[in-house]
Amino acid sequence: MNTYPEQVVVTGLGAVTPLGADVASTWSALLAGRSGVRVLGERWADELPVRIGAPAEDDATAGIPPLQRRRMDRCEQLALLAARQAWQHAGPPAAEPDRLGVSFACGVGGLGSTLDAYDTVRQQGWQRLSPFTVPMLMANGAAAWIGIELGARAGTHSMVSACASSAEAIGYGMQMIRSGRADVVVAGGADAAILPLTIAAFAVMRALSLRNDEPERASRPFDKGRDGFVLGEGAGAVVLESARHAAERGAVVHAVAAGVGYAADAHHLTQAIPDGAGAAAAIRHCLADAGVTPEQVVHVNAHATATPTGDRAEAMAIRRALGGAARGAVVSGTKSMTGHMLGGSGAVESVLAICALRAAVAPPTINLEDPDDEISAAGLDIATEPRELPGRGGRAVALNNSFGFGGHNVCLAFTAV
Amino acid sequence: MDNAKGAVVMTEQEIFAGFAEIIEEFTGVSAAEVEIDANLSDDLDIDSLSMIEVVVSTQDKFGIGIPDEDLRSLRTVRDVVGYVRRTQRVSA
Repeated sequence: MNTYPEQVVVTGLGAVTPLGADVASTWSALLAGRSGVRVLGERWADELPVRIGAPAEDDATAGIPPLQRRRMDRCEQLALLAARQAWQHAGPPAAEPDRLGVSFACGVGGLGSTLDAYDTVRQQGWQRLSPFTVPMLMANGAAAWIGIELGARAGTHSMVSACASSAEAIGYGMQMIRSGRADVVVAGGADAAILPLTIAAFAVMRALSLRNDEPERASRPFDKGRDGFVLGEGAGAVVLESARHAAERGAVVHAVAAGVGYAADAHHLTQAIPDGAGAAAAIRHCLADAGVTPEQVVHVNAHATATPTGDRAEAMAIRRALGGAARGAVVSGTKSMTGHMLGGSGAVESVLAICALRAAVAPPTINLEDPDDEISAAGLDIATEPRELPGRGGRAVALNNSFGFGGHNVCLAFTAV
Repeated sequence: MDNAKGAVVMTEQEIFAGFAEIIEEFTGVSAAEVEIDANLSDDLDIDSLSMIEVVVSTQDKFGIGIPDEDLRSLRTVRDVVGYVRRTQRVSA
C-alpha cells in the first residue's frame, strides 16, 4: 500500500458506452462478448473508406431536457450523464462545495459542434451561429457542465492528452485528494467524435480497421489479423473520495484508487516506441506509486486499440514492467467490444477494471482468434472468454493502461477492498 | 393584418403571443405563463447568450431588424412588444 497520508477510494461509477447507457448494462454486455461496433447508417459514411463505428447507446442523452441538450455538444451530454450516474451511485456524497472538485477530460471535445458551426458560418453567415458555439466546442466544456451542476468549487480541470486524457484526469483527481485540496472529485472523460472528419482523418493515417463487411469482427486486439482501431464514443466517470471522508459518511467503497504512473515516449507523434519502453515506465511508476508488487497484479485492462504496432508495443511493455509476474495477470482488450472512445476510453476502462476486481472476473477480448506471434512471445495471459481472476481481497491489483498520440503513457492501479 | 403595401403589421396581442412562443422555445417557460410586464433577465432568466437567440428568433418571426445598440432598451416583454410594433409600422 502506498504511504500517502490521504488514501483515495472509489465510491461511485458511471458509464455511457456503445454497449449500454449505464455501467451494469455495459458490464453484462462485455461478459457476454457482445460487440458495440456496427455499420454507420449516415449518408456521409458512404463516401469514406471506413463505414463502421461504435456509437454510444442511442437513448443515452434522454436524461437532459431538450433546451439544455441543444446548448451542449454530444460529448458534453455523454459526460454529464456518466458523471450524474457516478454521483448518484456514490450516495451522493454531501461534500462541501469548496472541497469538491472535477477532473474531467476530452481528447477532442466538441468537434461535432465545431464542424456544424463552420457549416453555418459559410452557408448562412455569422449571425446565424448559436451563441453557445464556444462553450460547445471548448474541450473543457464537459468538465465545466459537471462542475456547475454539482456546485464543485475546489477546482474544475481538464487534461488533454489524446486517448490518455481521461486516465490522466483520474490521476489528477487522485492527486487533488492526496494533496489535500479536495475531499471528493468527480473524474473521468468523454468523447463523441464519430464524424466524417475524424473518420477520414484517422483513415488517411491508416489507423482504422477497414473491415466494413464484418463490423463485429473489426476490432481485434492482439490478433494477427488486426488492421486498426474502430472509432467509438462514450463517457466514463468515477467518484474519487478520501478514505477518511468516505468512512465518515459510511460510503460503500468499490475499490482503492491506489496509484498512477505517467511517462512520455519523447519519440514520435503517433508511433509508440516499438519495445514499449514508455508504456513500461508508466506501469512501473504506477506500481511504485501504489506501493504494490508485480505479483499482486491480477488483471490488466489494456489500451489495446488493435493497431498493428501499438498492441505489440503494449504487450512488450506489460511483460517488461511485470516481468515473470506478467503470467499471473489476466489481460483484457475491451476495445474489441466498445471500439476506441478516445478521451472516454481511459475512464470507461478504469470503471471496467474496477468492475472486474469487484466481480473477480476479467472480461473477454473478442476476435482474438490467432494471436500475433510477437505478442505470444511476450507470454501474456490474454482472456478470450470471461475468466475468473486469481486472488480476491485487498492485495489484488487491477491496472488500466491508456496511451495517447503524442507519446503520453498513463497507468492507473486499483486495488480490491 | 397585411396592409396595402404587403408589409406585415400585427396587433399588440399578436406580437405578444408570438413573442411568448419564442420565450417558451428558449427558456422552457410555457408561453401561457409569460406576463407582459415580466423582466427578461430577472423573471425569465434569459442570460446574455440566450438573449441573442431570442433576438435572432424575434427578428425572423416579425420580419424586423434589431440592431445591437437597441438591445439595452429591451428589458421587459412589454418593451419588446412595443419595439416590434413600432418597427413594423415604420417599415410598413
